[in-house]
Amino acid sequence: MTAALTLTDLVGRHGQLQAVKGISLTIAKNEVLAVIGANGAGKTTLMRMIAGLHPVAEGGILLHGAPVTRMPAHARVNAGIALSPEGRRLFGDMTVAENLMIAAENGRKGDWTLATVCDAFPQLTPLLGRLAGGLSGGQRQAVAIGRALIANPSVILLDEVSLGLSPAAVEGLYDSLAGLKGQVTLIVVEQDLTRAMGFASRLICIAEGELELDGTPDTLTRQQITDAYFGIHKAEEPQHA
Amino acid sequence: MTPAQTLPMAAPDRWLIVLACVAILALATLPWLGSALIVDKLIYLFILVMFAVMWNLLAGYAGLVSVGQQAFIGLGGYALIRLVEAGLPPFPTIFLAALLTGIVAWAMSWFVLRMKAGEFAVATWVIAETIRSIVMFDPIVQGETGTSLLALNAYDPDLRRMVLYLLSLATMVVMVWGTWVLLQRRIGAESQAIRDDEDAAASIGISTFQVKQRIYIIASVGCALAGALWLASAITFQPRTSFGVQWSVFMLFMVLVGGIGTFIGPILGALLFFALQEIFGDFGAWYLAGIGIVAILFALYLPRGIVGLWLDNGRAEPLSLRKRLGV
Repeated sequence: MTAALTLTDLVGRHGQLQAVKGISLTIAKNEVLAVIGANGAGKTTLMRMIAGLHPVAEGGILLHGAPVTRMPAHARVNAGIALSPEGRRLFGDMTVAENLMIAAENGRKGDWTLATVCDAFPQLTPLLGRLAGGLSGGQRQAVAIGRALIANPSVILLDEVSLGLSPAAVEGLYDSLAGLKGQVTLIVVEQDLTRAMGFASRLICIAEGELELDGTPDTLTRQQITDAYFGIHKAEEPQHA
Repeated sequence: MTPAQTLPMAAPDRWLIVLACVAILALATLPWLGSALIVDKLIYLFILVMFAVMWNLLAGYAGLVSVGQQAFIGLGGYALIRLVEAGLPPFPTIFLAALLTGIVAWAMSWFVLRMKAGEFAVATWVIAETIRSIVMFDPIVQGETGTSLLALNAYDPDLRRMVLYLLSLATMVVMVWGTWVLLQRRIGAESQAIRDDEDAAASIGISTFQVKQRIYIIASVGCALAGALWLASAITFQPRTSFGVQWSVFMLFMVLVGGIGTFIGPILGALLFFALQEIFGDFGAWYLAGIGIVAILFALYLPRGIVGLWLDNGRAEPLSLRKRLGV
């Protein structure tokens, strides 16, 4: 079976700064991958590079075996990659329904429609007529995830799912996200370690633009992850799953 | 995916459209009744409305804040001068000149649309000034001196005024109506998504460059058309006037004072601007100061423009393109 996503020596820069320093990674179909790392570790740049919003300086990206490295962002949506960006980034002057519909029109056709997205995220239903600009953080995040989902992606990237949200809102979102397991390849950037270990089937840790750790929640210890998070014990051989 | 239903148009909006149709019919009969002066002034008003609607399409809907649309106003006029000089009939050539200017806009779009907001605004202005300088090298323009659309003298002045008036009225109506139709379509929603958040728009599959490019070319052809009509009414082509940055200031004023990103706002802004020019235009420099004061007052007390008067009272925006999706 070809991998859903293959990253080969991926390098991403912000001017002189190298934010992602040669990350190689193979993500299997329908895998649930959690990405953790400190602020500035390069997680968001990596997500944006996979989605096509940040130029790839070196290396390559394969989606289901086909190269997408030079493909513009909008074409990647039709190839099957959808990103729910950090900070939600909704269209504030549009209603929730319009935010979802415009994504549905531009995305791929499939099982995810306005109706099925509202089934999966029931908290969206009462919000459909509201302007996206006036929603709370948790509501905005639900819309952002719905907006990514409605494009019927095969790989869905969720950047900073729980950042700035109340514990209750996070709980509700992850309950809904659990329903997606096995249907799509999920890549989740998550700061909450416990949450990441409980949700994902595989966990990677990025520090200073490099892959520090790669394993499953069963085999990794919290200590290993914490060390990797802070970029200490670099000499130690990371455990591979 | 079943297409979502859009709500039927609100009753006040229907009345507004009926009212607009009546006004257009009344305006269409006016040249047979009104004086030459009024006809000339109304031609200018129609052209102002075109400028405002086009700039609002660009800045208010697609988020492309250009300070260089005078490049196309000037080029529309210049193309008209050149084509008429080559022997083409003046009135149909107005439209040909606008279409040719669209090719320049298409070529420019590849460069300017890759820039971020601030760079885009500056670059469009610089390019407008550059185009003006190049046009001034043309021997028939003779630098600052300029030239005139002498071919129009072949027509009887009354007939010329009448034809130009009706052409301007029809062009304005088609432009306003065309913008409405355009914004109702998918490209309307997509351009608003780009305005709200360009990265997010790209990451849900909108080809942001293509959408911006279309809007940019349409708005530029619109400005060129209005510019060519303006030249046909002013007759004299002077590069400093036709390519002057004052056009951008006018457009900014009309759109911001009327209500940016609303459909009816720029039209109201153009009416207010026209009225201010008529009433205070004789005061010279004080008139410009007055325009500045009005702009400041709006920015302070009515940032959403004239349309804000409706919105602040909790009433729906007239002829809104928003929230028409029924769920």
